[in-house]
Amino acid sequence: MRDPAVLGLDPTPAAMGSPLVAEGTAALVAAAPALAAAVPDAAPARRRSGPHEVWHRFSRHRLALVSVVVLAMLVLGVLLGPLLWPIAIDDIDFSAMLQGPSAAHPFGTDDLGQDILARMISGGRISLAVGVSAMLVATVVGLTVGSLAGMSRGALGPVLMWVTDLFLALPQLPLLLLLIYLFRDTLKRIFGVEGGVFVMIVLVIGGLGWMPVARLVRAQFLSLREKEFVEAARSQGATTFHLVLHHILPNALGPVIVAGTIEVSSAIIAESTLSFLGLGFPPDIPTWGRILFDAKDHLDVAPHWALFPGAAIFLTVLSINFIGDGLRDALDARRVV
Amino acid sequence: MGAYLLRRLLVAVPSLLGISLILFTILALAPGDPFGDMASNPNIPPEVRLALRAKFGLDDPVLFRYWHWLVAMVRGDWGFSFQSRTDVARLILDRVPTTLFVVGSSQVLALLIAVPVGIAAAVRPYSLLDKLANTLAFAGFSLPTFFTGILFILVFSINLHWLPFVYDADIQATGLAWYWEHVRQAIMPVCVLGFFQAASYTRYVRSAVLDVARLDYVTTARAKGLAEGTVTRRHIARNGLIPVVTLVALQMPAVFGGAIVTEQIFRVPGIGALLINAMLANDTPVVMAVTFVFACLVVLFNLIADLLYGWLDPRISFG
Repeated sequence: MRDPAVLGLDPTPAAMGSPLVAEGTAALVAAAPALAAAVPDAAPARRRSGPHEVWHRFSRHRLALVSVVVLAMLVLGVLLGPLLWPIAIDDIDFSAMLQGPSAAHPFGTDDLGQDILARMISGGRISLAVGVSAMLVATVVGLTVGSLAGMSRGALGPVLMWVTDLFLALPQLPLLLLLIYLFRDTLKRIFGVEGGVFVMIVLVIGGLGWMPVARLVRAQFLSLREKEFVEAARSQGATTFHLVLHHILPNALGPVIVAGTIEVSSAIIAESTLSFLGLGFPPDIPTWGRILFDAKDHLDVAPHWALFPGAAIFLTVLSINFIGDGLRDALDARRVV
Repeated sequence: MGAYLLRRLLVAVPSLLGISLILFTILALAPGDPFGDMASNPNIPPEVRLALRAKFGLDDPVLFRYWHWLVAMVRGDWGFSFQSRTDVARLILDRVPTTLFVVGSSQVLALLIAVPVGIAAAVRPYSLLDKLANTLAFAGFSLPTFFTGILFILVFSINLHWLPFVYDADIQATGLAWYWEHVRQAIMPVCVLGFFQAASYTRYVRSAVLDVARLDYVTTARAKGLAEGTVTRRHIARNGLIPVVTLVALQMPAVFGGAIVTEQIFRVPGIGALLINAMLANDTPVVMAVTFVFACLVVLFNLIADLLYGWLDPRISFG
């Protein structure tokens, strides 16, 4: 009576273990244009090759498709914005303080008469860069810990998993705040004011976000390392390192990509939270969270000041989360928690 | 049950020790000398400074210092707040009830929303309700608490003038009016935190219930001719909701993170706001103690969840 699709499982039997899908994963990331290549007409619907199957499943998630467009527009806007909107972010104009949206200032101005659109374009670059870099840090650490734990047959695995669980139980935000509070000045001295804060925020957010990746990778490794194709490679004399790099890891990438996507959005939220609490970026680096921090005391006279950056954070995070959900449908039919 | 309790407790102790070790390492690695200011202060002779260092054990080996710090933390001897000139323990204990009140009510609200919605969505997967709930849940956990808080203030305090947006710890009223004022000022912080958590709980409940809904015993219950509502309530929900306990406990770090933000927005005088203010005022003893308290609370709630889980699910062996 109940179709498997109804139960939230993807009916396509292509298990993640098959190298075919893993190839698709790599192709999706590395060469998106390849996806545009037409499916050969002769191929029956159920026998699509890797990339096409992934794209087909992703495109069934309509909100994820819309999110790709929204996110692309946000990223393009932030990257190309300064060319189209060349107002300096520190252009103070006391004759235009706390003004609502107008032709001269589409997103209004703040209490110093600075253009909020220009500040959001500049800050958005930092917010997005923090998200992506923190995701990279978390993924690298998670992959390392997860594959070590997944390949070890001795005491290393349980110990690493105990550490992972310990980190999962840490109160993240207080710890983030504590680390920043204690190490702010040292890093500023080493990397300069802007670079120091950036490096620190990325390291701290990434360093507290690797646990889900590590658990996923370990779970994948534990099952993959017993598979026949790994056995076959081992019997041909492949070293463990070679096995991991060429046989196990490529097949474990699907869930990692999904987790990495979600990691970007949680890193963006973490950064804006820190900045919103006044402990992230300094005022001259107007990330979206920082603009909100500055705006929150003027809500009664200038609500637009808070609404635009807040909406930007919301849209970015929402579209990344939807893309992650679409990728999960496409890559990770089994949903490992 | 006694043995199970003991075993869970024994598991909790190493995690607390691990967390305390991480905290202490961060503290020990942090640059800056607590007596650094004194070195540049001409009024304090160097002998006094060295004596103070010796008194506080700053020149001892690291393991010694960890042990002393841990003992002091466990005994509630958390130091003296530079800023408010009181004992840190006093300061925190005064504020913990407020935080627990806000966090607790928001969790109740979150579960009151998430459990019915999640079950309804799981019983009819891919129905209109399910899709709507799923989309709303996505929107819910993509809206950061600080932005929801600002939106609430804009709508309910500034535009509609319904609710106060500053939390007042001692309200000048008596009797029913006192309770009413308390509820009124707690509505927004509790809702902001509650809605955010409800979004992720809804998804947990949905997938946990879905896992159970297709088991054979559910089909049996239907085959016996039980009404669909009875099957859902007595057979599916009762079993399906057990894992949610663990998932709620796993969310605790995020919940306390959210509490810090909401307390800061609405100026709720809890330990989250205390942490931020202490950081902005460079009040290190308070910062360390509050972080430690947050860590303990997280471990405590995980322990409670473990025990609840054992009690709810007889399949877990107590032996």
